[in-house]
Amino acid sequence: MRDVSIIGVGQTKVGEHWDRGLADLAVEATLAGLDDAGLDNADILYVGNMLGGVLSGQEHLGALIADLAGLRGMPALRVEAADASGGVALHQAYQAVAGGMVDTALVVGVEKMTDRLPQATEEGLMLAGLGDYEAAQGVTYVSQTAMLMQRYLHEHSLEVGDFAQFPVNAHRNAAANPFAMYRNQISEKAYRQAKMIASPINLLDGAPWADGAAAVVLVPTEQAQAMGRQGIRILASTLVTDALSLTERDDPLALAAARASAQRAYQQAGLTPGDIHLAELHDAFSILAALTLEACGFAARGQGVKLGQAGDIARAGRIPIATLGGFKARGNPVGASGVYQAVEIVQQLRGAAGQSQIPAARVGLAQNLGGNGATAVTHIFMN
Amino acid sequence: MPMELARNWRLRRQRLSLEGAQCAACGHLVFPTRPVCPKCRSRQLQPYRFSGRGEVYSFSTVYEPPAGFEGYAPYTVAQVRLAEGPLVTAQLTDVDADSVYIGMKVEMVTRKLFEDGENGLLVYGYKFRPPVMAPTNGHVSADVLAHTEPQHEAQAPVLVAN
Repeated sequence: MRDVSIIGVGQTKVGEHWDRGLADLAVEATLAGLDDAGLDNADILYVGNMLGGVLSGQEHLGALIADLAGLRGMPALRVEAADASGGVALHQAYQAVAGGMVDTALVVGVEKMTDRLPQATEEGLMLAGLGDYEAAQGVTYVSQTAMLMQRYLHEHSLEVGDFAQFPVNAHRNAAANPFAMYRNQISEKAYRQAKMIASPINLLDGAPWADGAAAVVLVPTEQAQAMGRQGIRILASTLVTDALSLTERDDPLALAAARASAQRAYQQAGLTPGDIHLAELHDAFSILAALTLEACGFAARGQGVKLGQAGDIARAGRIPIATLGGFKARGNPVGASGVYQAVEIVQQLRGAAGQSQIPAARVGLAQNLGGNGATAVTHIFMN
Repeated sequence: MPMELARNWRLRRQRLSLEGAQCAACGHLVFPTRPVCPKCRSRQLQPYRFSGRGEVYSFSTVYEPPAGFEGYAPYTVAQVRLAEGPLVTAQLTDVDADSVYIGMKVEMVTRKLFEDGENGLLVYGYKFRPPVMAPTNGHVSADVLAHTEPQHEAQAPVLVAN
């Protein structure tokens, strides 16, 4: 296995891009990533996307985006793993470069979510679960996660307000990120008064659906050094799966695949949770921030929410998360979010995160989940 | 004729009589059925009909419904721990959202799940409600099916044309 580094990143602003289509966004990020890497081509393109067919009426994104980006003829394919599509696309690219099959791999995650009415988007997102048994019962993507939160509140004798610091921290960190969707600040009081979406999850618990695309360029570390580029090394890349339905898992709150993927990543990197300087977690909902802090070994079971309350997740805390806004404030273009996480960690480890910079950050972890942890991808990066 | 006719038809046992499976090798129970036992990887799974009794493991009231469920919101969904062990995800019915709690006893009942458009199908299936049946009776649809040749596919009252 070869050592692999990221030498280029690109991203569009996350938001409601009424004037831009799916492929348009993907091409912008792809070209920005290539430009940042100082390259004009790559050996292969992986496109991470969940809902192109359902929401944009467009499949076959590998060939489409390669062609529109001026890369006609290159090997290109789309990777789908619900909201982990972007992270899994990155994992595929890592394997291709590490295994010596290609020397330059391009990854772009893209999602276009604002062309349809919210009911249609909700219907699409629901497809991450069991269509025959959950979608048929009207069990939305949000309500699946809400049932995790309800159970967590019950088992650990907590109340909704205990989760306030997750969205508050995310919005605070997004303020200096020009690519973030929501750079406004929110208060604990506003969180406590927000309207319910799927109880006990309220409007300020959930990441906004959004349009966006992000890209990274991977090469062998030796090649990065030969090119004189400051590469960010990928120390670990792991992919683990679980039952699609929460009800088919032995212990829904354990997020077993997220836990296993983090543990394998630590093994692969030869590191422990204490070595991680910052983490971009799958904080699409406050409860998932708490549960993934636990699954990644930063907190014991039931203690994840306390890291928020104690300020440990803040920029100057023990384990900063959502350092450029996370899913909650950067926005959640679902199939692109896993690539946004990688872009943001690279920004931090390059020391290029501006006012959002985590001082002396050297090691970062990104974890991207599909369908509440039916797919879990963990990456560890080092500068 | 909607393309989903066959899909809804082949799910009739699961939806109308809460039929899952039991592993013939290790006895593990699953809902819904699946080709391979998740505990011992045996491929010998036999149909198993659950009693329909259980209690709420977790729940959520949905205020922002997906397409097809607009007319039902707000509605409450739950993960129900069946008396036999497995969890099943379903809507709750005949109950105020505010009175639902973890540990609440519920039983299966057959209700309309959704309509597939004005000229389409009415799809029925399980929901759960606070128990009103005597504990020994089991649930309505199992009784109905048990008395109407449950293995005879053509007679299962699965889909009703609108």
